Amino acid sequence: MASDRIFGLVVTLVALAYAASATQIQTSFLTDPVGPKTFPILVGGVAALCGLIMVFRPDPDPEWPALRTVGALALAVGVLVAYAYALRPLGFLIPTAIAASILSYQISPRPVPAVLSGISLAIGLFVIFRYALGLGLVAFSRGLTG
Amino acid sequence: MDLIANLALGFDIALSPYTLMLAVVGCFIGTIIGALPGLGPSNGVAILIPLAFTLGLDATSALVLMTAVYYGAMYGGRISSILLNIPGDEPALMTTLDGYPMAKAGRAGDALVLSGVASFVGAFLATLGLMLLAPLLARVAFLFGPAEYFALYLLAFATLGGLASNNQAKSAIASCIGLGIAMIGVDNNSGLPRLTGGNLHLYDGIDFLVAIVGLFAIAEVFFFIESHGKGSSIGVKLEKVTIPVRDIMASGWTMLRSSVIGFVAGVLPGAGASLGSFLAFMSEKSVSREKARFGTGVPQGVAAPEAGNNAAAGGALVPMLTLGVPGSGTTAVLLALLVTLNITPGPTLFTERPEVVWGLMASLLIANFVLLVMNVPMVRIFVRVLSVPPWILLPGVTMVCFVGIFSLSGSYFDLLLMVAFGVLGYVLRKLDVPTVPIILGILLGGHMEDALRRAMVLSGGDWKFLFSSAIAIGLWAVAIIGFVAPMFLRNVLRKPQRITD
Repeated sequence: MASDRIFGLVVTLVALAYAASATQIQTSFLTDPVGPKTFPILVGGVAALCGLIMVFRPDPDPEWPALRTVGALALAVGVLVAYAYALRPLGFLIPTAIAASILSYQISPRPVPAVLSGISLAIGLFVIFRYALGLGLVAFSRGLTG
Repeated sequence: MDLIANLALGFDIALSPYTLMLAVVGCFIGTIIGALPGLGPSNGVAILIPLAFTLGLDATSALVLMTAVYYGAMYGGRISSILLNIPGDEPALMTTLDGYPMAKAGRAGDALVLSGVASFVGAFLATLGLMLLAPLLARVAFLFGPAEYFALYLLAFATLGGLASNNQAKSAIASCIGLGIAMIGVDNNSGLPRLTGGNLHLYDGIDFLVAIVGLFAIAEVFFFIESHGKGSSIGVKLEKVTIPVRDIMASGWTMLRSSVIGFVAGVLPGAGASLGSFLAFMSEKSVSREKARFGTGVPQGVAAPEAGNNAAAGGALVPMLTLGVPGSGTTAVLLALLVTLNITPGPTLFTERPEVVWGLMASLLIANFVLLVMNVPMVRIFVRVLSVPPWILLPGVTMVCFVGIFSLSGSYFDLLLMVAFGVLGYVLRKLDVPTVPIILGILLGGHMEDALRRAMVLSGGDWKFLFSSAIAIGLWAVAIIGFVAPMFLRNVLRKPQRITD
């Protein structure tokens, strides 16, 4: 109940903000009868209405994970974001091995197989991408190899 | 005799060794993707799209490869339904109802062969239906103006929301999220940026591949982290695989009826394969003399959903190719592929690029026979694939997603956006908000707005123009009925829950 109500409220507020920012869209002097504003405002309106429906007629709550699992999920998101930033400056192999090991450990908490699968995934995928698909991946950062 | 001449052209392309090889490879990869729990046809195809670009395939080859993967995934979904009681993809959910009890009774091999044959019958008939119906519909589609297209897009969202989800408000929200995202970027008509918040990365708009991979594949990783990959060990043993001739004969009519139902469900824009397998199973149950035995492992209960599901997969290609409106989540992804390959689906596709259309159809026919061979005599190979543990599989999938998206644009902004879509997908699926309408919204949003604006230019701003032709009125009526009627049929059409033991 509560999660649907909260979600519905968030949707309504975001939709109204969206429609409000759509009214600020610049129009050029050459415009058609509908213009660039109408459709986004329409979409925002429908979404706000549906959000209100969710607030007043919510479904039963889903099973949310326990606090520890939420922490694990947040860590996973953190790892993925860090991986996205690391991929270009540090090359493919090292960030991939580290990120894959952490994700593997999170799915099945056994350290040795997790690290092994991370390292072998990094090497295996690199070989496939570089030599079978011909992608221009960089193995290590240029700073390391000179 | 256009059909024969067209097919000859198609087979000429499909039988070239390279295309044939792509079809076989696609079938193989597709069956694996379908069989693995957590990797369905839509996210499987989505992950492969960036990789297909790096291979530098031309339009026909890329389309053949991806549709072979699509068909293969539809076949493969049943394997984990039967052996693990976990649907390999959403449409295979109905197969668990009778397939798993049959496997527990020591007849896993029989269930796999029977469902494989049923898949073949469904997919084969649907491919024939596609060949006959698509050129006809393409001719009708020439009558469609902007007002009709606007109504048709609305129909796709309405039927998707009405039939395929349990809560209309939630699926309407999902559609609006997609449409809202599609508006971001430079406006086609005025050339001015809209809703970008001044962020230069957003001027090009949000690439739908980023959204698809994030919503489907990355969100799946979060689900596996939450469940720690539990419940994915093989529950029943696969003994000798023989051909259960009696069961196949006994369910012959079931397969035919289910194929027809599935095909019709697939052609409806927005409804898709899950609805096809669901309707096929329910109607077979209602005409059977032994209603009570459904759900305990009867052969008809295994054959019906698989024939329906695969027939719907073929049927969903009809509106995608002729009108540019996808009939299901995966065909939405295939539409994304077409758009990126610079092919505009629609009636003109059939006259301007016949080699693409008919090469694809001939390849689908060939792929079907390849899939029958892979899924009946060689089914053991794919059963072995199921023993790849999720703690190797899921990190691997994640890394493939990153490299795929990174190779598209080379920007870390897209990667961050993909992770954000992954989080969004996780939260939405937890709240039972469907994610397929979001994809459809992102894909069709631009076209839908364009149709509305062109209609208004034609009529000089008169809103009545939207209801000015018989086709448009009919589409509006079906859209409204498709959205509203399921509210009253909810108790009749409630999806059965998964059986747990």
